[in-house]
Amino acid sequence: MSVRRLASEQPQSFAISPDNLAWAEKQLLKFPEGKQASAVIPLLWRIQEQEGWVSEPAIRWVGEFLDMPYIRVLEVATFYTMFLLAPVGKKAHIQVCGTTPCMLRGANKLIDRCRERIHPEPFHVSADGNLSWEEVECLGACVNAPMLQIVPDTYEDLTVETLDKLIDDIQADRPIKPGPQIERHHSAPVGGFRALTTPELYDGSMVGQGAGLAAAREAIAARAAAAEEAARAAANPAPAEAPAAPAVKAQGEADKEKVPDQVKQTVPASDPSVRPDAAKKE
Amino acid sequence: MLSDKDRIFTNIYGHHDWGLQGALKRGSWDGTKTILEAGRDWIVDQMKASGLRGRGGAGFPTGLKWSFMPKQNDGRPHYLVINADESEPGTCKDREILRHDPHHLVEGALIAGFAMGAHAAYIYVRGEFIREREHLQAAIDQAYDARLIGKNNVHGWDMDIYVAHGAGAYICGEETALLESLEGKKGQPRLKPPFPANVGLYGCPTTVNNVESIAVAPTILRRGPAWFSSIGRANNVGTKLFGISGHVNTPCIVEEAMGIPFKELIEKHGGGIRGGWDNLKAIIPGGASCPIIPADQCEDLIMDFDGTRAVKSSFGTAGVLVMDKSTDVIRAIARIAYFFKHESCGQCTPCREGTGWMWRVIDRMARGEAEKREIDMLLQVTTQVEGHTICALGDAAAWPIQGLIRHFRHEIEERIDLYSRNPRPVERQMMEAAE
Amino acid sequence: MAKIIVDGIEVDVPPDYTLLQAAEAAGAEVPRFCFHERLSIAGNCRMCLVEVKGGPPKPTASCAMNVRDLRPGPNGEPPVMLTKSPMVKKAREGVMEFLLINHPLDCPICDQGGECDLQDQAMAYGVDKNRFAENKRAVEDKHIGPLVKTSMNRCIHCTRCVRFTTEVAGISELGLIGRGEDAEITTYLEKALSSELQGNVIDLCPVGALTSKPYAFQARPWELTKTESIDVMDAVGSNIRVDTRGREVMRVLPRLNEAVNEEWISDKTRFIWDGLRTQRLDRPYLRVDGRLKPVSWAEAFAAIADRVNATSGSKIGAIAGDLAAVEELYALKALIGSLGSSNLDARQDGAKLDPALGRASYLFNPTIAGIEQADAILIVGANPRKEASVLNARIRKRWRAGNVRIGVVGEHVDLTYPHDYLGAGPETLGEIAAGKGAFGEILANAKRPIIIVGQGALARDDGKAVLAAAAAIASAPGRDEGWNGLAVLHTAASRVGALDVGFVPAEGGLDVAGMVSAAGQGALDVLFLLGADEIDTTSLGSAFVVYIGTHGDAGAHRADVILPGAAYTEKSGTFVNTEGRVQIANRAGFPPGDAREDWAILRALSDVLGHRLPFDSLGELRRALYAAHPHLAAVDTVRAGDLADVAALASAGGSLGWAAFANPIHDFYLTNPIARASAIMAECSALAAGQLAAAAE
Repeated sequence: MSVRRLASEQPQSFAISPDNLAWAEKQLLKFPEGKQASAVIPLLWRIQEQEGWVSEPAIRWVGEFLDMPYIRVLEVATFYTMFLLAPVGKKAHIQVCGTTPCMLRGANKLIDRCRERIHPEPFHVSADGNLSWEEVECLGACVNAPMLQIVPDTYEDLTVETLDKLIDDIQADRPIKPGPQIERHHSAPVGGFRALTTPELYDGSMVGQGAGLAAAREAIAARAAAAEEAARAAANPAPAEAPAAPAVKAQGEADKEKVPDQVKQTVPASDPSVRPDAAKKE
Repeated sequence: MLSDKDRIFTNIYGHHDWGLQGALKRGSWDGTKTILEAGRDWIVDQMKASGLRGRGGAGFPTGLKWSFMPKQNDGRPHYLVINADESEPGTCKDREILRHDPHHLVEGALIAGFAMGAHAAYIYVRGEFIREREHLQAAIDQAYDARLIGKNNVHGWDMDIYVAHGAGAYICGEETALLESLEGKKGQPRLKPPFPANVGLYGCPTTVNNVESIAVAPTILRRGPAWFSSIGRANNVGTKLFGISGHVNTPCIVEEAMGIPFKELIEKHGGGIRGGWDNLKAIIPGGASCPIIPADQCEDLIMDFDGTRAVKSSFGTAGVLVMDKSTDVIRAIARIAYFFKHESCGQCTPCREGTGWMWRVIDRMARGEAEKREIDMLLQVTTQVEGHTICALGDAAAWPIQGLIRHFRHEIEERIDLYSRNPRPVERQMMEAAE
Repeated sequence: MAKIIVDGIEVDVPPDYTLLQAAEAAGAEVPRFCFHERLSIAGNCRMCLVEVKGGPPKPTASCAMNVRDLRPGPNGEPPVMLTKSPMVKKAREGVMEFLLINHPLDCPICDQGGECDLQDQAMAYGVDKNRFAENKRAVEDKHIGPLVKTSMNRCIHCTRCVRFTTEVAGISELGLIGRGEDAEITTYLEKALSSELQGNVIDLCPVGALTSKPYAFQARPWELTKTESIDVMDAVGSNIRVDTRGREVMRVLPRLNEAVNEEWISDKTRFIWDGLRTQRLDRPYLRVDGRLKPVSWAEAFAAIADRVNATSGSKIGAIAGDLAAVEELYALKALIGSLGSSNLDARQDGAKLDPALGRASYLFNPTIAGIEQADAILIVGANPRKEASVLNARIRKRWRAGNVRIGVVGEHVDLTYPHDYLGAGPETLGEIAAGKGAFGEILANAKRPIIIVGQGALARDDGKAVLAAAAAIASAPGRDEGWNGLAVLHTAASRVGALDVGFVPAEGGLDVAGMVSAAGQGALDVLFLLGADEIDTTSLGSAFVVYIGTHGDAGAHRADVILPGAAYTEKSGTFVNTEGRVQIANRAGFPPGDAREDWAILRALSDVLGHRLPFDSLGELRRALYAAHPHLAAVDTVRAGDLADVAALASAGGSLGWAAFANPIHDFYLTNPIARASAIMAECSALAAGQLAAAAE
């Protein structure tokens, strides 16, 4: 990585949106009192989502909001490479994974294409201001290599042609489909599943089986019996210490108590385009 | 080949509902209360008996790790931290758990938290996994709504599960760097001792586990340690998510038995080596930090901890990177060296200075622009980094280069010869060959 | 205690010792860069790697591992550590090579040259060959203020500076940004550091990355003469080393004294030296027709004798300044007494401190090191950060150790540590003394409280009552046996010594305010100012003012006769610090021109005035001084005050006023004539004022 500095041109001020402020205040509840600094990464990230990048006034805002010295926030902003310290393309900042697994499957060609079509250098915005690109380190989708990320989605199993189409669609404001850009179901092999083809896995017949659960019941019963024994022994002489209570209060037949069936479920399917929290994000 | 019924992650391809209803139907959250009622010690004993070794790369026995947490609470809260900062090149298994089978992880977090006396768990997801994080959060929300977790839940053990995230730093996968990051600092690893089990997150007893290690725990406990340990071979038991990437016909993620022969793994799931088995040049068996294994040693390679160690490599996270004969293996390793240079946190001297040095030298070697004596010098530099750093990133940066020199020294020498005969055309040839 | 075998030598050390400390106990030298006794452990330089038997088969950072972390041998043998094994040698050579690959080869133009840890350790533990064929890293230099110069190519990322500023100085302004080989030390947007202790990072930096900006390219360490001495910029009495070349002071460095300054000094102490060169009074002057005219010593003395002989003792007075040593105070007191005057005083600020109340009434009784034993601290009318920066660092150290509450009555300022702000004036103090309020309760229940009383609370009409109230809190029942919590924080280096020798109005004499007003009204004919520049010199009427001092400051401007004296680096002089510690400053160089040591001036003058002082040498003076004040002979010790004096003071009572306490020092950098002559201090002062103004916006 190269030296990461704040952009030379900075806005005068930063203001967080009311929604994001409410969100930020909720974040603090995740962490113990006095440990609000834990929220620095989520906050900077939220700000980047709001503004497109992390500006110097925003760093100061985070410092004040979390009661952190500015330099500590700057340390975090410059350490973590996802924080963009300068503005990027208006329509998309394309992050091409260039690490070995993607490289072996042609990532360098994608990078060359980005150089040709967007800008010869990373982090530079294209002439029309719409696009920028950078080479990033492994994005964790190696079985779908080569791939790229346009936050928040990944675009996988790319070729120069599909990258071209992707860029064209972005430029033309056409919708783009995240995930594999070839005929493929996520990380499953091309051409059809070679595992997880047994229907019984999905019809509920896996529920309620298991030698481990039986052993657990035995362990519970054995302990109850031992406790009873101890109680009986203790009953005759002076009452002794109560047997060690199990960490969880035992209730007979507890394992039969299934999770209520009518669980509120807002998430219907695995289709990546239907996201449970799509509403939450906006 | 592992039978489907022995597979833990049955929705790893996301072809079914990843939400709570689907997970319930596939057997998640089944008898969780019974497991918890059996007690903390029982759970730890079962985990120990299962022989599960941590799935994050180091292979430390999970049950033993859980048992390190103080038995008595000294007033400080206990924390479970789940490492979902999957960032090592070649490794992309946790991503599938997070986005397609998150309830395994949520349930595992409850059980593991209970087993170590923790009422709070933080799942630290790498920053780039944005959609994965959303799925995980949704699964957690569902579990809260169904009162499976949270305060006063149906299981009788208060458990809060929070999703935290990084923002682009491989080093945060190191457990103490992860804790630093979680505390809102730069991800610079801490000195050990003290170990996290004594002084971890916010100075409190903490256990850091990999996503897969936690996510397999509920199924292991449900089906019993005997079932789990019957798969694979001694000391290398159970099922494991394998990632197959690189020059195979059908790269994929698949859950297989530990100890599956490499050849079987590739033929059955990877669709074979691109251009046929004889076109295999080398593999990196478990993520970028594992030393490269040349084709002749892959013939009988057993894919588990001991099998890979026998050929002086390591199992890592079982993300197999396959390279066929078209590969410029020097450039492939040079790119890995660049990765480690990029991800060095800069805290301690050997790694900060050494990763940059090693990358620059091997980058020259990939062009042939080096001298042969520099090969031994580079090897020596790797040994000056390895074992001298605060965390294992120094080792991870050294091993791939050591592996390369061990097995492909002749290629480096040839490259140097080519270059010294005629610098310009070679460079062009190599560029073409690399593509 | 735990046993450990270091290179075959078995030693017994506390189990919480680090391996590095254990090695030192066994006489084995372990090189290090990032480790520093007074900072948290970073373990990042990896230079201190040692081999430990029974551990993992790789070297271990000895700074970060405790002896108790080691496992004993199979039969209970003590753990074994090797500091000279092949593994260790290889590790050190490797680390040293890594440190050097990106370190520039600019030793010939580096100010650290000759006293550089990297240079020294490269000689001792490195190899002589360079295998690094790549380009060296280039790092932009950072601006971090007028005192500390950066040369960031040289930085080895040990983070000592970051840890010092954050932990000791209490300002989180330095940080390590970026990561990997591109990590850089900087302040936020290269703002100047705001600490009064920032100069210490120069000493801490093991390489030439942070060097002294004013001293840049001035001298090489081996050409300097080193003199151990005592600082007079405040009343802490920091132990210093004055480095001179020829007659000139080139720099001032701290000396280790655990009881006083540990190994820190304030920036005023460190960077004052350019003030010693400018505005100096280097020959006697006599005011003739309203203008100061250079004269000979004899002419100057004759002029004084004329005036003294023309008046009576009661119309003569003497005021001593903040930088005067005990010797000249003693001589001047003797001279004034022999002239028949009772008018003498050293309390330029009018502090209501009286040696008649016993020594305990004006000392920092718990001692500076004793701050670390405190279980509650109340600060009254003081800003220790400005008045005694190094002492403030000790309070911060105590705060970092935990379990202490610190309360402040007076101005609400940033002390670098969190504290309870209780109120502005005597009323609050009265309530606390009565045990009211949460903090009153804390103090009432404390075993070892410290009540720090600043001059801002004493230099006022109700000063004595304030002191009594503080004494009342300190001497309340329930304190630990022998604990004296009354802590008067002085700002003047001369003050405790002056009170010790009784440089206060004798029976019926005038104090500073009395003398100034008497002079203004024509009731005082001759006034001796011994380096006294902090009084209102414009209100001295037609009095004949004799100024004995070093710098052309306020006193000299008003003077009718100037007698050039010696600064603290140019004479041997005794100073007593705020806790009552007697220390001797040594002469590092000679005073400029015709200037002489102050005691000698007074001795010569006494002869002309016909009241020859009974000593002809400094030795004789000191013999007389020690006979009169035996405790001054016990150098580097504190003669403790008497607890009974505090109790008596407490019962004195008095009525407290209403006005809020005002701290005596607002411009840390310009508190005395030397500082006001320093261009460096002027720059710092302007910068601090600018930062203050910016912060106020």
